[in-house]
Amino acid sequence: MKKVIHYINQFFAGIGGEDMADQKPEIREGAVGPGLAFNGMLKNGQITHTIICGDNYMGSRTEEAVAEIFDLLKDIDYDMLIAGPAFQAGRYGVACGTICKAVAEEKHIPVITSMHSENPGVDMFKAFMPIFKGGDSAANMKKDVKAMAAYADKILAGEEGKSAEEEGYFGRGIRHQVWLDEPVTAADRGVDMLIRKLNNEPFQTELVIPRKDVVPIAEPIKDLSKAKIALVTTGGIVPVDNPDHIQSASATRWGRYKIDNMDRLQGGEFKTIHAGFDPAAADEDPNRIMPLDVMKEYLAEGKIGALHPYFYSTVGTGTTQREASRMGQEIYKCLEEDHVDGVLLVST
Amino acid sequence: MPVVLLCNLIPVAITVGANKIVPTISIPYPLGDPSTPMSVQHKLRKHRVGVALDALTDDAKEQTVYRVKI
Repeated sequence: MKKVIHYINQFFAGIGGEDMADQKPEIREGAVGPGLAFNGMLKNGQITHTIICGDNYMGSRTEEAVAEIFDLLKDIDYDMLIAGPAFQAGRYGVACGTICKAVAEEKHIPVITSMHSENPGVDMFKAFMPIFKGGDSAANMKKDVKAMAAYADKILAGEEGKSAEEEGYFGRGIRHQVWLDEPVTAADRGVDMLIRKLNNEPFQTELVIPRKDVVPIAEPIKDLSKAKIALVTTGGIVPVDNPDHIQSASATRWGRYKIDNMDRLQGGEFKTIHAGFDPAAADEDPNRIMPLDVMKEYLAEGKIGALHPYFYSTVGTGTTQREASRMGQEIYKCLEEDHVDGVLLVST
Repeated sequence: MPVVLLCNLIPVAITVGANKIVPTISIPYPLGDPSTPMSVQHKLRKHRVGVALDALTDDAKEQTVYRVKI
């Protein structure tokens, strides 16, 4: 029976939510949480140990976290690492990708994880490991674990996996040589594609070039002392009664709030409604996320010409890229109408 | 309209295509560590926001992560 190490975060270990996200790595014998489902399905291996690490600890102190995990594993023999599944949890996805990549590079053993297509961890790490195409929430646990376990069993048995598409993970950009059931030479396939293209018929390239979604860099501000600057955040800072009912996760709404009559954001008047981190620090002093106090000082000192009288806010956790992009465009339109010259966007 | 992103997870910011990036110190408190005195938090916040304001004027030709001193 092959030995598998399982990586999960503080939440899936049952230690706690955001208040425990700074948790340092720890190791436990056997399977914990989702690991129990893996052990129920794996035929050729078993989870012998579980590594648990807080998402913020892994996100903010990555090198330390990885080193501590290797230290926890130094006397343990294992054949594979499974991380997650991470669903649409962004920091958890990045954490799973980080530890998988580190273990693959150090130990040269197979590693796998699973995430939803909107998880930023997919684009960051899909070239380095099979990342299974998972659901958006833990409601998909059984389905996601099943897909990973089926593949893990094959690899643990020493079998070859099939293509990324057939197995159900995101393509790594690795090309394999395959024998076609009905042999057609590359020259024939290429000409067939060209004919289809010339006839305006659909065709599928055999070499997909991935595209990075980069926007052109805007013209810089020439004279900051004459410029009007606006503050925007995805950190969920709102008046305490959250008048626009912005959702604490998977937000589809944003709001703008007047700040021209105050020198700083006061705790008790403003707070964060972001459900993706411990709100205590931001609730106590919202300027830690929305730095109005120092912006007013820069205005008084003449470093900037004007401060836009509103700040804009939404919540960036579980928010899909499509919704984020729509909200960004809506906010941009308001800023443009008010002749804003530049934006500081604080994200958490 | 130039935008500077202040955030903690720099690799994520680069992957999603942010052009001008200034690092912050953490996820829950990007611009002021509550375990330090208010004056220290203020100094850090003023510095990093200042770097971000200057970045708005930078004629960058590629994705750039700006250096912070504190």
